[in-house]
Amino acid sequence: MSKIKVGILALQGAFAEHARAVESLGAVPVLLREASDVEGIDALILPGGESTVQGKLLRQLNMEAPIKKEILAGLPVLATCAGVILLADHIENDRERYLGTLPVSVRRNAYGRQLASFMTAAPVEGFGRFDMTFIRAPQITKVSDQVNVLARVDGHISAVSYKNQVGLTFHPELGSDLRFHGQLLERAGRRKDGQLRKAI
Amino acid sequence: MDDKQYELNKGLAQMLKGGVIMDVTTPDQAKIAEEAGACAVMALERIPADIRAAGGVSRMSDPKMIKGIQEAVSIPVMAKCRIGHFAEAQILQAIDIDYIDESEVLSPADDVYHIDKWKFKVPFVCGARDLGEALRRIAEGASMIRTKGEPGTGDIIQAVRHMRKINGQIAQLASLGSDQLYEAAKQLGVPYDLALYVHDHKKLPVVNFAAGGVATPADASLMMQLGAEGVFVGSGIFKSGNPAKRANAIVKAVTNYDDPDVLAKLSEDLGEAMVGINADEIQIIMEERGK
Repeated sequence: MSKIKVGILALQGAFAEHARAVESLGAVPVLLREASDVEGIDALILPGGESTVQGKLLRQLNMEAPIKKEILAGLPVLATCAGVILLADHIENDRERYLGTLPVSVRRNAYGRQLASFMTAAPVEGFGRFDMTFIRAPQITKVSDQVNVLARVDGHISAVSYKNQVGLTFHPELGSDLRFHGQLLERAGRRKDGQLRKAI
Repeated sequence: MDDKQYELNKGLAQMLKGGVIMDVTTPDQAKIAEEAGACAVMALERIPADIRAAGGVSRMSDPKMIKGIQEAVSIPVMAKCRIGHFAEAQILQAIDIDYIDESEVLSPADDVYHIDKWKFKVPFVCGARDLGEALRRIAEGASMIRTKGEPGTGDIIQAVRHMRKINGQIAQLASLGSDQLYEAAKQLGVPYDLALYVHDHKKLPVVNFAAGGVATPADASLMMQLGAEGVFVGSGIFKSGNPAKRANAIVKAVTNYDDPDVLAKLSEDLGEAMVGINADEIQIIMEERGK
């Protein structure tokens, strides 16, 4: 079977780290810089960076609609930090709303400036203890009933899943624990198998 | 700064990659920069071209002015302190700045020592003209490096020279046998463990941006193609005819730096670029400050 192709939004931020992570797990990273790049990917990663920059470029480069369409069609997604802000259907301290496919509210820079960035470890549903790096991180402040909360840190939601979307407010790509990336590839593999079977 | 804090500080630089950090002098300029897609702003009282024109001693900006900019935008805010001026750095840390640039653009406060950046929690970015300078700054605790360029000139030649030199020296170091590394570290004037890191990984241990003289989308693309991971734009934006449009074009040029068709469109109709000065026609050479 052909390798899993993981599209990584490469407009700004830490996309290279995610590319290395999926490559180390045997998948092929595809850097997404224009709308036509989105075709043919089996999974999607929305990386950390500045959500304002990524969000603007997403629109200016006409990538918002095709990516949203793929997510709604079931494309497995992993979003970290700024990526969660792009997915959220409500941003508390911003007028903007980007993809809006994840029914949660987020607050940008919720912990404060860089001096409030921190590392910790907390249990994640299904994984157990997970090392977490928070950099000028957002918080998920509200979730709809269908959203599964996977982890909390000091009472604040830091990981969620909803249908085909997993959102993390921390940065697994900066560490060595790649279980979320592995899980994304598994989800993509299952979906690809299913599509093949249907085609036959 | 302990190891964890250093990782967090390097991590913030990683989040800025593929982005443009813009010099701003007022909250209004900061908003224009954020709106245009800057991934961070550098708050300073005068942009480098004006510092050069005004002459005299150039110092850290008024904290009140920096706070005004912090309130105006939601992206990270950086500020400059003089080389070796650890008291200015302490003040910037006290106002919760996101990154300090220990910068040759300001008048150096110490002609021997840089700041011992390990004594701070806040991250530092420092300029470097070659691999030795870059690794010495990293040894002192810098968590991000940029080329020095020749600030305020609008002339890209120095940034190109620094980036090519650093990359050439990295390639050279990577090609050495492990028994040659001790002597190479001595020649570069850097700690052995950092020379070893570069040898093994073929890259700096921190993010490396281009700075100094970037004035057009083509300049930004040139630096990205030469291996920069993002760019600082100082005088190039707010000394030009249409700052908002030029700023946005440079942001898109950094994202699509290897797509000439996109770059051609971005370069159209940007109005007047900053006039600039040829770097070899100037009297004060800022890049030589702090080795």
